[in-house]
Amino acid sequence: MKRDAKNVTNAVALTVFWIAGLTTVVVLGAVIGYVFVNGIGRISLEFIFTNPHGVNAEGGIWPTIVATLYVTGLAMLIVTPVAVLAAVYLAEYAVQGRLVRTIRFAADTLASVPSIVMGLFGLALFVESMGFGFSVISGALALSFLMLPIVMRTTEEAIRAVPKYIRWGSYGLGASKWQTVSRVVLPAAAPRIITGIILAAGRAVGETAVVIFTMGTMINLPVLPTDPGRSMTVHLYQLAMEGINMPAAFGTALLLMAMVLAFNLSARWLLRRNRRMQG
Amino acid sequence: MSETASEQPRQQLKLMSRSTYLKEAALKNLFLLCATMAVAGVVLIFLFVGWRGWPVFAEVGLGRFLGGREWLPTEGLFGILPLLVGSLVVTLGALALGAPLAIGAAVFLSEIAPPRVRAVVRPAVELLAGVPSVVYGFFGLLVIRPVVADLTGGLGFGPLTAWLILAIMIVPTIATLTEDALGSVPDGIREASYAMGATTWQTIWRVLLPAAKIGIIDAVILGMGRAIGETMAVLMVVGNAPVFFRGLGKPISTLTSQIVMDMPYASGTHRTALFGLAIILFLISMGLVALVRGLSRLREESR
Repeated sequence: MKRDAKNVTNAVALTVFWIAGLTTVVVLGAVIGYVFVNGIGRISLEFIFTNPHGVNAEGGIWPTIVATLYVTGLAMLIVTPVAVLAAVYLAEYAVQGRLVRTIRFAADTLASVPSIVMGLFGLALFVESMGFGFSVISGALALSFLMLPIVMRTTEEAIRAVPKYIRWGSYGLGASKWQTVSRVVLPAAAPRIITGIILAAGRAVGETAVVIFTMGTMINLPVLPTDPGRSMTVHLYQLAMEGINMPAAFGTALLLMAMVLAFNLSARWLLRRNRRMQG
Repeated sequence: MSETASEQPRQQLKLMSRSTYLKEAALKNLFLLCATMAVAGVVLIFLFVGWRGWPVFAEVGLGRFLGGREWLPTEGLFGILPLLVGSLVVTLGALALGAPLAIGAAVFLSEIAPPRVRAVVRPAVELLAGVPSVVYGFFGLLVIRPVVADLTGGLGFGPLTAWLILAIMIVPTIATLTEDALGSVPDGIREASYAMGATTWQTIWRVLLPAAKIGIIDAVILGMGRAIGETMAVLMVVGNAPVFFRGLGKPISTLTSQIVMDMPYASGTHRTALFGLAIILFLISMGLVALVRGLSRLREESR
């Protein structure tokens, strides 16, 4: 009898865990499916490559696509050297102590700063105090602070995963520390570092609260870094809240999702390919 | 890692030419400078948001800002209590729904799922983290809100809709960290439990979850940080009425959503007060990170 009760409880519990696990897949499928079914009819070359016009933002969303990729690309250019070198310091040079603890605490804090706080920070520092105005460069600088801890963490993990004997080989040949890091360790860690950068870029593409207060909401095709622009996320937010042009909102949501998924999936693919190559 | 760091310079000193030594030292300091950018970021956020928001404590008064029961900018009332309560209601409800789901999913991934199922579920959890919050908000606005409206009456803007959306959004954070915590429990402990005739459930409930307890608490705290700081998705479904919680389907407002709603037109003290809200949010999220670090230090000391 007792044994039966035990097995029944076990079966019920396992079923609950199965449900919890599969719920995540169902929800992801529902969100993607909903956006896809409603948005696919809207996607056309015209929608992607023309400007919006009129009071209801008819036409395409080209300027918002350009603004999104522009600000993300610029943020990547800013954050990559700083974050990678910072990770090199933490993984290769730093000695455990108060300074390293402070840096790690700061990185964790930065990673958990609410995006709206980052947005107001960008507004106060880059837009107003430094006088960049609502612009791609303001947005990119604010986003780079958002991306910094992500790229730092993944890069540090990547560097630590490089086996020690490779370094010893390099030192044994008489290489200096920097020669070892730049010619041996970083190339070996490169695939995983790139994966981290792509994942961080995916975050930046999907970010709304930061860019709305640093890049502005004006629909404009940015050319110079000092030009303002409206990102796809901000465009989707405006269309959804005003409720004036739902087909365009669905189309924007679908393109946005496709872009974010492309970033995430390519990062995963890169990681898997690298793992396979290493055996 | 620390051993390579401490051994290297001393051994190489005599082997290097002076110019190489200087170059190496300069590079090391450059890297250190990059690493301190994280600290600089935190300090800059604190300085600039604080600089803009600080005057609110003088203009409105600390007590009337933190303890005020009404947020009516047109009448000069900047009491953040309704917003603070709103943020708490939204966050705690989302945790109550999302944390069990996330922990369940993590246990499923770590202990139960066959490899093929795991190969589908784990990427799904990771991709959930990648979905932009504005898309979650959009989905909540168009799909979940009408369902909630049928349940509660009204338009469906309110805490319940926000809970459902946020519960999903915090799943990746909590699930990933919980899975890490479960993964760090030694296999010998599992085998000992099974060897004594325990079922999978008994092993999970009596052995694994207690063993991973602190890691799971960390995960939930960080999920809480994510929920409190979440802006766009909440903003799009919560209704944005800066009043106290009145019911599941009645609009409320949160610290984050109020900032986005008011910022485009706010000026003067109103604008300062919004930066004041950002200071509060920043301190909350920093406090949660400090809490997690404190817990992990506690764990290391107890070992």
